[in-house]
Amino acid sequence: MDTPGLKQYEALSVESAAALRQEGAWRRVQRSWSVRIGGTALVVLVAVALAAPWLGTVDPALFDAGSRDLLPGERGEITTLEGATLHHKFLMGSDSFGRDIYSRVVYGTRVSLIVGVCAALVALAFGIVFGLCAGYLRWLDGILMRVMDGLMAIPAILIAIALVGLWRASLVTVIVAIAVPEIPRVTRLVRSLVLTIREEPYVEAAIALGTPTWKIMLGHILPNTVAPLVVQGTFICASAILVEAILSFLGVGLPPDIPTWGNIMAEGRIQFVSYPHNVFFPGVFLAVTVLAVNILGDGLRDTLDPRMARRV
Amino acid sequence: MTISRFSAAAVLAAAVAAASGAALAQGDPKVLRIVPHSNLSILDPVWTTAYMSRNHGYMIYDTLFGTDEKAQIRPQMVEEWSASPDKRLWTFKLRKGLEFHDGRPVASEDVVASLARWGKRDAMGVALFTFVDRMDTPAPDTFRIFLREACGFLLEALGKPSSNVPFIMPKRVAETDAFKQIDDYTGSGPYIFKRDEFKPGDKAVYVKNPKYVPRKEPPSGTAGGKHAYVERVEWNLALRDAQAQVNALQKGEVDIIESLAFEHYETVKKDPALQLPNFDILGLQFMARFNHLHKPFDNPAVRRAVAAAFAQEPFLKAQVGVKELYNTCASMFTCGTPYASSAGSDIQSKSNMKKAQELLKASGYDGTPIVIMKPTDLVTITKLPDVATQLLRQAGFKVDLQAMDWQTLVGRRAKKDPPDKGGWHMFLTAWQAHDIWNPIPNAALDTRGEASGWFGWGKDDRIVELRNQFMRETDEAKKKKLAEAIQARAFEVATHVPLGEYRSPMAARKNIAGFFVSNGNLYWNLKKN
Amino acid sequence: MYSFLARRLLATIPVLLVVAVLVFLLLRLTPGDPAAILAGDAASTEQIARIRASLGLDRPILVQFGIWFGNLLSGDLGESFYYKQRVTDLIGQRLEPTVSLAAFTILIAVLVSVPLGVAAAWRFGGWFDRMLMGFSVLGFSVPVFVLAYILIWFVSLKLGLLPVQGYQRLADGFWPYFRHLILPSVTLSVIYIALIARVTRASVLEALGEDYIRTARAKGLPELRVVVRHALANAAVPIVTVIGIGVALLIGGVVVTESVYAIPGLGRLTVDAVLARDFPTIQGVILFFSFVYVLVNLLVDLSYVFLDPRIRY
Repeated sequence: MDTPGLKQYEALSVESAAALRQEGAWRRVQRSWSVRIGGTALVVLVAVALAAPWLGTVDPALFDAGSRDLLPGERGEITTLEGATLHHKFLMGSDSFGRDIYSRVVYGTRVSLIVGVCAALVALAFGIVFGLCAGYLRWLDGILMRVMDGLMAIPAILIAIALVGLWRASLVTVIVAIAVPEIPRVTRLVRSLVLTIREEPYVEAAIALGTPTWKIMLGHILPNTVAPLVVQGTFICASAILVEAILSFLGVGLPPDIPTWGNIMAEGRIQFVSYPHNVFFPGVFLAVTVLAVNILGDGLRDTLDPRMARRV
Repeated sequence: MTISRFSAAAVLAAAVAAASGAALAQGDPKVLRIVPHSNLSILDPVWTTAYMSRNHGYMIYDTLFGTDEKAQIRPQMVEEWSASPDKRLWTFKLRKGLEFHDGRPVASEDVVASLARWGKRDAMGVALFTFVDRMDTPAPDTFRIFLREACGFLLEALGKPSSNVPFIMPKRVAETDAFKQIDDYTGSGPYIFKRDEFKPGDKAVYVKNPKYVPRKEPPSGTAGGKHAYVERVEWNLALRDAQAQVNALQKGEVDIIESLAFEHYETVKKDPALQLPNFDILGLQFMARFNHLHKPFDNPAVRRAVAAAFAQEPFLKAQVGVKELYNTCASMFTCGTPYASSAGSDIQSKSNMKKAQELLKASGYDGTPIVIMKPTDLVTITKLPDVATQLLRQAGFKVDLQAMDWQTLVGRRAKKDPPDKGGWHMFLTAWQAHDIWNPIPNAALDTRGEASGWFGWGKDDRIVELRNQFMRETDEAKKKKLAEAIQARAFEVATHVPLGEYRSPMAARKNIAGFFVSNGNLYWNLKKN
Repeated sequence: MYSFLARRLLATIPVLLVVAVLVFLLLRLTPGDPAAILAGDAASTEQIARIRASLGLDRPILVQFGIWFGNLLSGDLGESFYYKQRVTDLIGQRLEPTVSLAAFTILIAVLVSVPLGVAAAWRFGGWFDRMLMGFSVLGFSVPVFVLAYILIWFVSLKLGLLPVQGYQRLADGFWPYFRHLILPSVTLSVIYIALIARVTRASVLEALGEDYIRTARAKGLPELRVVVRHALANAAVPIVTVIGIGVALLIGGVVVTESVYAIPGLGRLTVDAVLARDFPTIQGVILFFSFVYVLVNLLVDLSYVFLDPRIRY
């Protein structure tokens, strides 16, 4: 559905691509406060995710019925698989199984980040491929864009729920389910970039010289898509992390033995009033992470394309 | 308006809102608002065994016999009955004053048609009808059952309290094919279903049946007098979040929560406006069920090792948590009922993890990962598979715990495929006392292998033989002995592993009176003050 | 104009067609057996097979699609596997709660966000502007259900002002209807406010940079008039666009909000249908939502004609 509003938006993306070619774009990115704050927060989170086993955590799946519903800071016991008993301080309390919420939240960082980044990458990858095809192959353009329009008309969360709910709940399914509804927007973006850049004189010259198509794509078109796609990808990542939490909350997310913030909150919702720490801690981590990614995205967009910044 | 007048008006408005809200919240004293344990989707209690449909049935239908709180059979719609000396001809006479909701009196032809339909679907009914030669209706209030040979459980079947219940429906409704759902919800029970107000997933509404003639005895189990003291009962089908349910109960927005999550037991106990009625003394029993078709659980020695590893206390502690609500039970039949005994149970109750490890080594277990299906959306049993996983791992098994929602689980457990190709090794569930206290309805003890209806397909000819004897035995003492023998053999071949018993708490507001020992979800006899 | 209207309407048909095919494929390609669910816990494998046949699930896929699509064209969305009612009836029953929730949400969102965005643009760079931008990012980042729990805990439980859950039909009285909708709408509107406020701010800002604004100010018009009559009016197009696009966000939020507040609307219907593998209902609801989304965007496109005379079709 081409509307004037969408057309303007896409036209700006092309201009932002031009902005990147200007000198000092990278330096501008580095100097932006938003990028600094968002970037630093993300680096810290990635560090936490990688260092999870060494941050005073226990195996997030271990539980002991005797340690149920401990308040943050209380001490209790955990039985390992070999039968040994550990004495452990539950920094963020324990859930209704007796599992350590702190460990689950820390390990949950891994899953949330993986889901976010992978969903963004998958959406970008497919979007680039479809966008290039649509922009380059006239005969494919019509049908492909109709399919994309159709896909965009279905609310994203419903596609995600349906896909995960009906397939097996697994990491791959969730990533695909979250990425699929984002593909049309990326496709449209890439497609309009392709269409515009193709008109550029140096591209026409390259075609006239007989440069193979793939070289033109790689050498001319793709570099110009980097800026808007990076911005787009960042926002998809933020959205993906949130959607994963929502899917888990509704009961159609990752299997509950995988600790994700959404899962911890979903299991904790049953005792939200009496033991709010189940929902509070993962909720805070979730909000902070998504906030960081959004701020990073804002910063990247502001610096890579000042005109887009004023627009939205 | 000046600032102060504006804010005064705002405060007043808020106060009025809060006050009117509070008044609205308590609701009409003639309307009982119940939050059932699940959604109601199928309105035919013979077509499905789902407990929600059964509870719906109890609202609007009546039964020939009932089971009281001590598991004794008592007459309900039947006035008097007699059996011939050889126990092959049974004659029943119906009570006076029984009427369907459309005004027609209940006749014996309705009874016969209803029993015939039920007998095609219910496990115990199917078993019963293998004994039945024919039924007839010599008078509008009399019906007779002719048996080919003496049957030891005729009355137990007719008064069966749980799924499928032989509810009595009008003949025209009962003539619907047993494998199609009925479309007409006329019954003869204490409440009338308001079909026009039924909104699936939202609410179900029942109104008092003014013409219903309750029995004189006090209510007990599914027997006794079924008085309807409220005008209207509303089932809130939209409120599924356990925390929201408790919030609503505390604020008076609902009157009864049918199945209170264990996590909220302490909260409700402490709240002076709420009560925890003692309505269920039999409770439910957890069990772990094996898939006997594929290895390693096709080997009884491996199954016995699992039984040795599965001490009941860890399951109960993790899943229920509240000590006063659970107890271990060394029987496959509900403890406290006539056929319960500890015969054969030593393999589980007198075991420890070391013994389990030894048994496993000796059995020749080859390291196949055990696929356990975990239902994520059934709060009452969702923790059991995690405990099972931990215990199995400690015993030396490899475990593959797969989480899915109950619907998927139900679909998957029907498959006989190998576990690594979409099948399964084990699932854990809970059965209400009525469904397992007797060898006949106890589905896990149906050991006819792949021919049997229940998932797991255990095969043992000895149990089949003992069960057949039980079905024909009419002497109570002999029946008890047979039940013990069946259980001992069942433990020996480890058909399944019983994992202890618990009572599912119900929460209600203090102003609701009339709770009796129903051992189920029955909503007559309740008053709202 | 009318030819445009006709063309736009015709353009929606292939989109809806694609949606129909996608939705059908989506469900048929997935595992999970509705028959086993319907049969109940103690059913036998033969009984399940019988139910499968009666639901028509054992016919070839193309046949199933043909039948389904044919019915679709005559307005028949089939019968729910789970509820044994017509899907159109189910949707009809659930329409009122969802529409009420959506309407209140949009109302609150627009009434709050547009003035906020205008004020931020007017005082561009000031503390109010920064605060708004900060809060709007926060609004995007907190999941709807966490916000819902916080509001329920604070407003309903601690202060006791509003009901904790549920929905009352309008037919049962306006006041209970309204009271039950306040918290859910406020919860849902937050993310919408964040989105619209940003877009409002950005486009008003753009409009304020235009020449005609300088002219208006030079003419001595009062500032309020300048901002509203001239800047906001010219910024209307992107704002209305984002309201239209935001409907997709709204639908997503509705699903979660209905779940937390126990509102028996279309969002809950979808989730329940997915968990029950109730194919006809899932298809019906997704089709319905897509149709609504397409319709809303069509209306948004049409509104451009009135909002911005420069736009010609």
